[in-house]
Amino acid sequence: MEVLEQGIGKLFTDPDADKAREFFRKKSRRMENKLMTLKDAIAKYVHDGDYLAIGGFGAIRTPIAACHEIVRQRRKKLAFCGHTSTHDFQILAAGKCFDRVDIAYIVGLEARGLSTVARKYMESGEVEVTEWTNYCLSARMKAAAMGVSFVPIRNIMGTDTFKYSGAKKIKCPFTGQYYVLMPALYPDVSVIHVHEADVYGNSRIRGITISDLDLARASKRLIITAERIVSTETFRNEPTYTSIPFYLADAVCEVPFGSYPGNMPYEYFSDEEHFNEWLQTEKDPEAFEQFLEKNIYSCETHFDYIRKNGGIEKMWELRAKELMVDNNAK
Amino acid sequence: MADYNAMEMMICSAARELEDGSTVGVGTGAPCAAAMLAQKTGSSNLTIMFEAGGIAPQLPEMPISVGDSRTTWKAVMASGMCEIMETACRGMLDYTFLGGAQIDMYGNLNSTRIGDDHQKPKVRFPGSGGANDFGSFAWRMMVMTPQDAKRFVERVSYITTPGWLEGGDSRAKSGLPLNAGPYKIITNMAVMDFEPESKRMRIISINHGYSEKDVLDNCGFELLKAPRIIETSPPTDEELRILRDEVDPLKLVIGR
Repeated sequence: MEVLEQGIGKLFTDPDADKAREFFRKKSRRMENKLMTLKDAIAKYVHDGDYLAIGGFGAIRTPIAACHEIVRQRRKKLAFCGHTSTHDFQILAAGKCFDRVDIAYIVGLEARGLSTVARKYMESGEVEVTEWTNYCLSARMKAAAMGVSFVPIRNIMGTDTFKYSGAKKIKCPFTGQYYVLMPALYPDVSVIHVHEADVYGNSRIRGITISDLDLARASKRLIITAERIVSTETFRNEPTYTSIPFYLADAVCEVPFGSYPGNMPYEYFSDEEHFNEWLQTEKDPEAFEQFLEKNIYSCETHFDYIRKNGGIEKMWELRAKELMVDNNAK
Repeated sequence: MADYNAMEMMICSAARELEDGSTVGVGTGAPCAAAMLAQKTGSSNLTIMFEAGGIAPQLPEMPISVGDSRTTWKAVMASGMCEIMETACRGMLDYTFLGGAQIDMYGNLNSTRIGDDHQKPKVRFPGSGGANDFGSFAWRMMVMTPQDAKRFVERVSYITTPGWLEGGDSRAKSGLPLNAGPYKIITNMAVMDFEPESKRMRIISINHGYSEKDVLDNCGFELLKAPRIIETSPPTDEELRILRDEVDPLKLVIGR
């Protein structure tokens, strides 16, 4: 297959499927207890320089507690998968944790506005970037999940998004039509927040899955954070509903309200006041430093963060909002 | 005549474009309001899709994110990004609404950067997100945007999402799916489509209260004119009532 055109963007990961197979060959398939604290999981599995991907959709079912822990442990020089990233990107940019980004969507928080700090960091020249789209990155994860080195898709041709990507354009040997090839993306480490997991890493996701089913399979190392730890019988009784099987997971951490201040489908809605506080405080560097100290650096756990921002009462309020019901919990 | 603002005008114009029995990929804000209004004004069988995976929700209120819980409220399926984009690529997504910091005469959109140094841009925007995907695959791409010469530019400084690219048959030659592309551009002043041969943007109707000169003066490139330019039909009382009372009672979108 002849390459007709190619983007000038760098690949931050190796798409080689055989190298990935060699890694996966050594990955444990044992059904063993992987329960550990989030602090230990990040210390053990997220290293400086790693390629990191975060599950969810920016502020929906995103492992926010894990993002805080990565900042708290001051990880640096990560490559980051900016796939549908919003609040996760904002947090990691505040910690200047990454210096390379595959970009589909960054610096914005959708309808809420743009993050001053994230934008400034991206305009500083300190971060190397390669452009993609949300579907491009989903397809790259899908290729890795398939155990191949690329998949062909039909977007981005003729645009600057292609020009600054790491994709290649070819002619289909069957039809003569043009396609762009998406190189497989095998992240060194990913964190995915789920509704329920057992101690082995079997996991259930409710609601939209975004790209997490492929991401879980594409990742060399996978940290699961879960709203609840449940028994293995929960999975064995209804295997239809398992999203992620145990052998993909390296660590399992129980983190109730682990997506706060984001939205966890069927559990709690997003805390819009707190998001607004993030966006407003960012405009004043000094105030933002104190804000980070209060909400991230001085916290031991995600419970500390929640306590400082309304505690259990706030969580109940957000649950009622999620379910669109009135409640009278006091 | 009913009293309405520019946003209400644009949403009503957009809603009328959404045929009953079709599918539309939407983002938050005005596009979502237009789709909801269409469902309540004759296109009850319009299927709304969100890029993050929500399919055919019965939206109880405006979502804040294209992935939040409202996008799957009483939906028929909570899927994922590949499901939505593959559906679009197969040719089953009829409409989408997109936007950007800049748009040019071929409907190309920039939502990535201002400035030439890509590694150190003057202004960094979010990037494509799912815009290039929807813009590549949806049969008919539409834009709802306020019109001014800073936004409607001769050349966008970066093509994030394809319009008709360089015009003519350049999009077909690029390899993007055939016969899909920009369809209508709906602004506070006018509605534009694209001349079939050159694929250049042209005025087809002008909103009440604006002149042809207003439309031309607030565009940074030469707009073509349809053989007959009409006045855009203003929102009806019924459309405004439904939009204000049922679609966006909190005025999150129309209040701006």
